[in-house]
This record gives sequence, structure tokens and C-alpha cells, in this order.
Amino acid sequence: MRLFWHELRMQQLLFWRNRESAIFVFVFPPMLYLLLGAVYNGTIDGFPAADVLLVGLLGYGCANTAFAGLAITLVIRRENGILKRLRGTPLPGTTYLSAMLVSTLVVFLLQMALTLLLGLALYGAQGPENWTGLVPVVLLGVAAFAGLGFGAVSLIRSAEGSSAVANLVLLPMAFLSGSFGPTRNYPDVLQAIADVLPLTYFIEILKDVYLRGEAFWSDPGSIAIVAAWGLGGLLVAWRRFGWEPRER
Amino acid sequence: MSTAVSVRELRKRYGALEAVRGVSFEVARGEVFGLLGPNGAGKTTTVEVLEGYRRRDGGEVEVLGFDPGRGGSAFRERIGVVLQHSELPAGLTVREVHRMFAGYYRRPRDVDEVIELVGLTEKSGARVKTLSGGQKRRLDLGVALVADPELVFLDEPTTGFDPSARRTAWELVRALRELGKTILLTTHYLDEAQQLADRVAVIREGRIVLAGTPAELIGGTPHVEIRYREHGREVVVETNEPTRVLAELAGRAVAEGRELLGLEVRRPTLEDVYLDLVDGEPGEATS
Repeated sequence: MRLFWHELRMQQLLFWRNRESAIFVFVFPPMLYLLLGAVYNGTIDGFPAADVLLVGLLGYGCANTAFAGLAITLVIRRENGILKRLRGTPLPGTTYLSAMLVSTLVVFLLQMALTLLLGLALYGAQGPENWTGLVPVVLLGVAAFAGLGFGAVSLIRSAEGSSAVANLVLLPMAFLSGSFGPTRNYPDVLQAIADVLPLTYFIEILKDVYLRGEAFWSDPGSIAIVAAWGLGGLLVAWRRFGWEPRER
Repeated sequence: MSTAVSVRELRKRYGALEAVRGVSFEVARGEVFGLLGPNGAGKTTTVEVLEGYRRRDGGEVEVLGFDPGRGGSAFRERIGVVLQHSELPAGLTVREVHRMFAGYYRRPRDVDEVIELVGLTEKSGARVKTLSGGQKRRLDLGVALVADPELVFLDEPTTGFDPSARRTAWELVRALRELGKTILLTTHYLDEAQQLADRVAVIREGRIVLAGTPAELIGGTPHVEIRYREHGREVVVETNEPTRVLAELAGRAVAEGRELLGLEVRRPTLEDVYLDLVDGEPGEATS
């Protein structure tokens, strides 16, 4: 436990000290919310636009932080030998990775608070209908997207390409899943693709809890799909994850 | 318990490439042991097996009484590792990086003491990304020393250094030796092995081709070279009896009233021995 807390503190220090990752991971989603919130107003599907967009960008933020941010950071640390160096210390690998997971959760919680604050203060958002229900939603989302992130780390070979690959997956997914606005008018093909993406279902769960005030478990099918994606990522990581640079 | 590292018939292959082909050596506690060889000889592979990074394919390995592959945290508490290529978090300061690593050990050394030992006190508040190459290498060493390890692995600690940075690094290794640490270093620089190591093993194509103290390695070839110029041509005499040969040559020259121009008497350096070994016919050793 002592090692875990130490490593969590170090992960936080490393995250906030790295300006690029702090801006890209932490600032970018709330910034998009500021922009989109200024464009849309009125209601979407009977809910205030400010809240619908907020939900979409919380979904995007969760995937951006736990999937893309985590994957890019880990690939860079692996390729420049920091992970290998850490394996030479008594710090167990599982402690390192779980500290990283919890650190990611901390970052996303802060980001969520910031986004909510912007929505409530600037765009007249109503806020979540079910506050306590948000807790398990956030835990599920961070865990599942981090699982996918760990899987992605195992498949991405180079540090230079990590950001491009992660965003090549993330941005289309976010667009198709309705992070940036309603997808009702998208062509059928795109909607069909969206129907298999984890972010679609994660946003669905967020909508249930945040907009409709339903219980977290009101849509077990969506929960199962999000969890399955996360487990799939973990399975890839379990088979392929490595601590040493791939390109050397 | 006077042996820190014991390696017997170590073998390691990567696919078709047999990187290490039956290497054996021992390192005593408190000793500086040098693995010397050209690039690709199997030095890093050997050391990485000892550090616990790689599984061996054959042979026996014992490091501080542990099998490095199974030693786990208890083993890693007691070793310090300086890898050939590895970076440290660029955004942290020198002191923060030391603190970070100190936190991984049960009984770390005082962080500021270590920073002073590696000569980075003035830089302790500076971000890692602002350090020079030599300073980064000292940081690597400092991070390996916060564990207060009994055994320190240095994989090519001065590759790419300018001469003065190398001198400084050598002083550091000597200081570690004074502290009673056992040091296993790899290098492809001869002078480094000669300067630092109590004993040296020359490794080539995955085999140890020569081992001993630097003096023994040179002493292994008894001959001395006598060079001089005669009628505008350089004459080289290799002999096991330099005193007699030189007396004869000098006697003749004095009798004829001429000078032995450019007279030079030299014992081969470790470099000559080394170059003979690593440039020799490949693969003549039997497995």
C-alpha cells in the first residue's frame, strides 16, 4: 500500500508536470464543450442542449483520458525505457499499473467537475438528475476505456505514432457515438458502425443517469457491452503487453 | 559469502541468433568486474540475464544468492541498475526523480547525499530535460544508488561521453568501489576496463575468450617489441629476451659509431592484446 500511494503521487506529479498531456488530456474536452455549447442552444431530444452536449463531452473526455491519454503516455514511457528501468526496482508491475489507473480516474473526476461547472455557470445546464448514479458510471467508463488503453499500448509500436494512432481511433469513434452532437441524421452505414462502438453505449448509460435520472443498472445490455470492450482490451494487454522498448 | 555473482555455462538465444554461448565467470564481493567486448558480443544480454530482465536458455546463474529470474522484489532491493539506453521523466527535477526512485525501496539512502555523490547538487532543482548527456548519465547512476545497493550493474556507462565527462564518470566508479560496492560493468572501451576493473573478461561472439586482471592479460603475451630505423627502413624485433637483444643491437651500433634512430622498446598494451583477440579469426573456439 505504501508503494501504491507513493506511485499514485508520482503519477499525479508526472501528469500535471507534462504540459502537453495536461493540456491535451485535461483541457481539450472542456474546451470543446465551451465551443460546442456556444453553437447549440435550445433543446435536443427534449433535453436542454447544454446538458446533452455535456453528457457527450463527458463520454469523449472519459475515452480521451482513460484510453488515448493513458495509451500515449504508456507507449512513450515504454519506448524511452522508463518502464524497463522501473522493472529493475522492487515496485511490482501491478502496483504501477493500478496507480496509473487510479491517477487517470483522479484526472477524469477533476475534468468532469470542471466541465459541469462550465455547463452550470455559462450555458444554463440543469446538472445530473441522478448524482449518486454517476459514481458507478464513471468507474465503469474509466475502467473500460483504460482496459482498451492497455490493449492499445500493447499493439502500438512507436512513441512517435502513438498519438496519431490513438486519435485515429478516438476521434471518429467520438464523432460516431454522438459526443459532439446528435447522430440521428447520420447515414445508416455510420449509425451501424456506431452501434458496435463502446463509446455509443457509454454515452447511452450517461444519458440514462444524467438526463433521465434512471438508475445505473437500468440498461444492463449497455453496461455489458462497455465492460466487454474493456475486458477485450485487457485480454490483448494480458497476452501482448511488454515493459521493454519495441523499437530498439 | 564472498561471491557476488556466479555464472556457469550461461546460454541465451534470440531466434536463430545464439547471443550468449556458454559464458562462465565469477565476481567477488567488493570487486569491480569488467565485461569487455565489441558491440554485439553478448555483453548486454549477459548482464540483462543477471539483472533479471531476460530468461536464460541454459546454465546456472546466481546473483547475491538469488536466481535473478525469480528473485522478485527482495532481489531488486539489493541491486542497482544503470541501463544502456533509458531515459528518466523529463519534466521532473533531479531531486524529484531521486525521491521517486527512493520511494520504491525499503531502506533508501538519503536523497541529497546521493545527489552530492554523483555531483549533481547544483542541479538538484533543475528539470531532467535541461541536463547535458553527461549529467543525465550521472542522474542514471544516482537513481541506481538511492537503493543503497550491494551490487551495481553499469551497462556501457560512458558510451558517447567526451573525455572529461568520462574522467568524471571513472572517478565516480572508483568512489563506489571505495564504498565497498560490487560493480559489474560492460564496456567496449579498453582503457575503461584497464582503468576501472580489478578483473576483466573479454567476450566475443557470445564466448569469453580471455579473463584475468588487466596485468595478467598483458602479461599473457611475454614478448617485447624493439623498434628502430636502419637505412631509412623501420625494423621491428619481437623478443622474449629484450635485455640481451637490446645489448647486442646497441653494442653493434656503438661499435660502428652510429645511432639507433627512433629506438623504442615497448610492451604490448591491453589494446594490442584486445585487438588481436577481437580481430582474430571468428569462430575458432569450440563450443
